[in-house]
Amino acid sequence: MSRVEHSIYLFILRFNSTFTSILFSERQEKNTVILKKAWKMFTGVLPQFVAILLLVGLALAVLSPETIRRTIGEETGFIGMLLASLVGAVSLVPVMIAFPIVAELLESGAGIIQMAVFVSTLTTVGLITIQIETKYLGKKAAVLRNVLAFAFSFITAYLMGVLLK
Amino acid sequence: MKTAIKKYWFLFVMVLCNLIIWLYDPEIGKTALTFNGKNFINFLFILTPVFICIGLMDVWVEREKMIRIMGANSGVKGVAVAILSGTVTAVPIYALLPVAGVLLKKGCRISNVLLFLCTSSSIRIPLLLFEISSLGVSFTLIRFCLNLFVVFAIAFIIEELLSDKDRKEIYENADKL
Repeated sequence: MSRVEHSIYLFILRFNSTFTSILFSERQEKNTVILKKAWKMFTGVLPQFVAILLLVGLALAVLSPETIRRTIGEETGFIGMLLASLVGAVSLVPVMIAFPIVAELLESGAGIIQMAVFVSTLTTVGLITIQIETKYLGKKAAVLRNVLAFAFSFITAYLMGVLLK
Repeated sequence: MKTAIKKYWFLFVMVLCNLIIWLYDPEIGKTALTFNGKNFINFLFILTPVFICIGLMDVWVEREKMIRIMGANSGVKGVAVAILSGTVTAVPIYALLPVAGVLLKKGCRISNVLLFLCTSSSIRIPLLLFEISSLGVSFTLIRFCLNLFVVFAIAFIIEELLSDKDRKEIYENADKL
């Protein structure tokens, strides 16, 4: 047996033994408990998740990128900021998609303050997910967290506007 | 029946909305459906590992250990652990909430859980490079530094504002999950 073959053989042996020990030991019971618990928690929040999903799909279909650009793109000042923050607060877009959109909007003349407030509210404020948040954190903490995050988004956006100019 | 309606009203409303849109304009309905399908697969891919991790934590991590690491008397260490574990995770906030729930269940301090939640939603080290490439270095770095302050502010303000009764309720609620 060559050296390589030997080490592969050893590896398979070891792999097998760990695998069987995981499957057929007293741990097995605990593992099924884990899966059961995970499944229970998963189905517990599933209806809310699916509902949010339907809402987001609907919003993305109804609002074209053009409309979004028109409402928060060209305007500057507080109104544009407010609109951008509200859009950010209600939407549930992954940042991987949001960053390129923001970059595009910035290039087409959108104000940096508006985009900063959009990014901040998008990531930290979740008006749609507040239902789920209440479930885990309680109503008071969830509402407070979102309100504070919303307020601080404005402050940081203003500071960013000042610092970047 | 009543509890079912209470539990699923949001879902009912959304299904109804989608149906109405579908009847009103099949074209938009179709696009909405494709978005829904794509998102649903995304959700599943993100949520399945998250829930399995939560199950693992729930069963294997001892409450006493977790209290020692991030509990009421953990001090600076707890804050550091919360911030670090928050900054390295880059999952959407809806996937973080269950994790926050299990942390509370294990007896973590509320401000630490909030720190974790806020950092992982606003400061994401894995996404920093991506943000730099699309929004520029100065934008990213200034946002990063400002967010660090904001995260602390939010976590400690909320903890100050919660009364003892609120805290007890939060922990009791987390225990039921």
